Amino acid sequence: MNGWSVAVRFALRELRSGVRGFRVLIACLALGVAAVAGVGSLAAALTAGLKAEGRVLLGGDVDLAFTHRRASQEQLDWLKERTVGISTVIELRTMARPVSRGGRQRLVELKAVDGGYPLYGGLKLRDRVELSSVHVREAGIWGAAVDSRVLEHLGISIGERFRIGDAEFRAAAIIDREPDRGTQAFRLGPRVIIAAAALSATGLEQPGSLIRYHYRLALPPGVSLADWRAQLQERFPGAGWRIRDVENAAPGIQRFVDRVALFLALISLTALLVGGVGVANSVRSFMESRVTSIATLKCLGASRQTVFRVYFLQVAAMAALGILIGLTAGVLAPNLAAPLLEGRLPVAARTGFYVEPLAIAAAFGFLVASVFTLWPLGLAGEVRAAALFRNSVERLSGRPPRRIILLIIGLAALIGLLAVATASRPDMAGWYIAGAALAFVMFRLVGEAVVRGLRRLPRPRQPLMRLALANLHRPGAPTTGALLSLGLGFTVLVAVALLEDNLKRQIEQVLPEEAPGYYFIDIQPSQTEAFRQLVGDFPGVANIQNVPMLRGRIVALNGTPVEEIVPPPDFAWILRGDRGLTWSRQPPGPGSRIVEGEWWPAAYGGEPLVSFDARAARAFGLEIGDTLSVNVLGKTVSARIANLRVIDWTSLGINFVMVFSPGLLERAPQSEIATVRVEPSQELALERAVADVFPNVTAIRVKEVLEDVNEVLSNLAVAVRGIAAVAILAGILVLGGSIAADHRRRVYDAVVLKVVGATKPRIMVTFLTETGLLGVLAALLAALLGTLVAWAVVEKIMRMRWEFAMEPVLWTLILALAVTTVLGFVGTWRALSLKAAPFLRND
Amino acid sequence: MVRLQGVELTLKSDAGEINILRGIDLSVDRGETVGVVGPSGSGKTSMIMTIAGLERVTGGQIWVAGREISSLDEDGLAIFRRDEVGVVFQSFHLIPTMNARENVAVPLELAGRRDAFERAEAALEAVGLDHRLLHYPGQLSGGEQQRVALARAFAVEPHLLLADEPTGNLDGETGSRIVEMMFELAARAGTTLMLITHDTAVASRCERIVRMVDGRLDPSVTDLRMGADA
Repeated sequence: MNGWSVAVRFALRELRSGVRGFRVLIACLALGVAAVAGVGSLAAALTAGLKAEGRVLLGGDVDLAFTHRRASQEQLDWLKERTVGISTVIELRTMARPVSRGGRQRLVELKAVDGGYPLYGGLKLRDRVELSSVHVREAGIWGAAVDSRVLEHLGISIGERFRIGDAEFRAAAIIDREPDRGTQAFRLGPRVIIAAAALSATGLEQPGSLIRYHYRLALPPGVSLADWRAQLQERFPGAGWRIRDVENAAPGIQRFVDRVALFLALISLTALLVGGVGVANSVRSFMESRVTSIATLKCLGASRQTVFRVYFLQVAAMAALGILIGLTAGVLAPNLAAPLLEGRLPVAARTGFYVEPLAIAAAFGFLVASVFTLWPLGLAGEVRAAALFRNSVERLSGRPPRRIILLIIGLAALIGLLAVATASRPDMAGWYIAGAALAFVMFRLVGEAVVRGLRRLPRPRQPLMRLALANLHRPGAPTTGALLSLGLGFTVLVAVALLEDNLKRQIEQVLPEEAPGYYFIDIQPSQTEAFRQLVGDFPGVANIQNVPMLRGRIVALNGTPVEEIVPPPDFAWILRGDRGLTWSRQPPGPGSRIVEGEWWPAAYGGEPLVSFDARAARAFGLEIGDTLSVNVLGKTVSARIANLRVIDWTSLGINFVMVFSPGLLERAPQSEIATVRVEPSQELALERAVADVFPNVTAIRVKEVLEDVNEVLSNLAVAVRGIAAVAILAGILVLGGSIAADHRRRVYDAVVLKVVGATKPRIMVTFLTETGLLGVLAALLAALLGTLVAWAVVEKIMRMRWEFAMEPVLWTLILALAVTTVLGFVGTWRALSLKAAPFLRND
Repeated sequence: MVRLQGVELTLKSDAGEINILRGIDLSVDRGETVGVVGPSGSGKTSMIMTIAGLERVTGGQIWVAGREISSLDEDGLAIFRRDEVGVVFQSFHLIPTMNARENVAVPLELAGRRDAFERAEAALEAVGLDHRLLHYPGQLSGGEQQRVALARAFAVEPHLLLADEPTGNLDGETGSRIVEMMFELAARAGTTLMLITHDTAVASRCERIVRMVDGRLDPSVTDLRMGADA
């Protein structure tokens, strides 16, 4: 105990000199921890918002949803007996059109609601209009509440009429806020809310139409949700409804928040790791300034352990201060970000104090601080007291004891474990950690190789240039550390910029070229021929493809209920909710190819067979001959896997995870889905022509969907770039710290150069060349590694076509050069503005 | 008090091995004062460092206060220095972030002495610095700093005081006062004193002078004053 108390006393005395030597350490840790804590707190605030508003977002305590069909009377009777309120909400996508022929139409998300809607929360209509006064029939025309974008798009005003399907509606009110908006993260079109009674007039409710029937239920007070669900399952096993409750009200939004939070958290962690280099430099520089004190302590009888403790305590105190500042900023960050997110997400962030993300950020801060400070701290114990006799005490060198090295490796592994354990997608965090470790090693090795290479270069004849180069490779030069920190920061920037570029190109250029112009859905089988004829004869149409489509849900794999299966994260969506199903006599066209098994004969009429996605089959451990059970229209159908297909989802063509053999599904009520490739100039004309003849058919214009996706992507890109900027800032701090630590050397060089006749501008050029070279090297390495990371993500994870873009890389190079030159300029200016004489006299 | 037997010190460098000490045999009695002289690079400092346990010998053995120190590990040597040895340097080597009293208290605190500060004050009073207790090294003159260093060295009442050119950074008058004080303190406490110096006047105050040449003791000078053993 005495050892620690002496160490505490000595450490406190040393800390009297203030935090000056630790500024970079504190700033780097504060910045990194603030980013990690801020992202975590914001995600927690959004999740809390989702939980708090769960009932309202879901529209009830429980939501039972059917596709294609309504609940049976028996089911409704049972539900009525066991609930205190039921509201039926019917959702479908359809076209809203002006009353006059030939006007612009708009894909809308139609919602037909009964008088019980909304069970929870309130629908906010503009000018305090009540929904009950909207949903009235006047002169045979129903009123509808609409999103303001519907009015803009159709060019009508409140009070004017528009068409949906076969019916006319009056735009009676504008929707300002919809309570149960949370079930989908994204929508394909603006909302129109009509009365359930008005739906039949539209003629859209056809067999096989893609319509979702929701039964929102209010449970009696005090009823256990779990017990209630168990009773429901027991009474109606295999009913085929999708059940959601308040515990998991908006899984789509939750997944979206989790994914974005994970991505931002990993970039924040990069910022913290980049800052770690600054932490290491800062501690090394501090320890070097204390070497004489350390040697003196050892000479006076302090053990290695005591010396280590004295400096460990000081560094720990400063790291704690940095972490504390970071956590404080992390708590405040969501308060600043929440207003910016208002309206962009269906849920409001509930800002507050969330312990878990702060604890995780503090743990990362502590681990990063430990990993990066233990090496120089470990060297403290190795300082030789004998050096005091020779006045040769200058630099820390060598390696710390083996146990310290093992501790560093262990703690570094803990960073990886913590990142993986706290991630919503451990596999992605695992890849990130592997990449980060690789990047660290690469920058370190390349940095060392560069220093060695520079040393071997023929010496330039120009003396100042010779000095600039020598300063990069002289013993103790900060080149490797600066390359590592700046390089990592810029790597993130290049990778993010190239990823964004590839995604944008895919959305703005590649997809519009490759993808069909339109999806038409809900084509009734009786309309198929006429539809094909109309579209096929239409000028500018290059290709039509149509297939039958139903919705169904996988309920068991090889007899194991999906509730008992833990799906691999990348394929969880297949088991989640309804999936599109089709059947076919012919093997699939382009967009998928059979890689295993055989296609069935065109006239096949035997037991149900299914063709399944090969990658999904591998992920679920399914093989040819295994069975899939799918609930379609309330009936469970089991089919044997006959073949496996590799599917290219990126073409946006018609593709299905499951294609069934003819027979069973052929006889079920169904509609057709069609893709049409058409010349861009003819797109709107075709849409109008189809709408005029087939008012029930919904046209989804791919270009518009892509524009929406692009907008979401642009918003995300702002957030990503913001966090990436934190990583760059950390890199700048590290370089700034190195330049500051190198100040004495610069002053000395400047004084000597002035004495031998170098002018200020020439000395300035020398120093700027030194930092500029560092910037260029860091940017070049970052361009290489960032490109590699972006390529791997695009090609291997997103499975898209990769294309290199010079522009973001060039910008990074320019930014790197600018940053290093400005920092170099500031550092040099300080060195040059000091007069030579006092230094010479002192020497 | 101090016995060196066949002490050798060889250091490795880029240029190959350098033989710093080449078989030193020396005995110093308890309370004896010994001046170590010789040209630069002759091995004076290295010999003192091996006696302080700051440099490990590559051959031979060293006994200090009855303990054979070459077998001690690094932490054992630290404790040995704390309990047995005081060191005074040419460059004082005070800890800049500690005031005079704290600097003197360091070895006492490391030894776990509860009265570290009281003893440090007494030690500073003994060197005439009781009015400078709370001053930091940067606020003291060179002579004052060396007096603090002396107080620090004597505070633990060491059996052996090693001094390396203690007046090298001081002007003549201040240096003389420091030497006077050092000899007086050593005599009062019965401390064995080994002192490296280039100053013949300082060396002449010692009971015995040993001269080092090229890593060896010069027998003619070793026997100069007392005719003692070598």
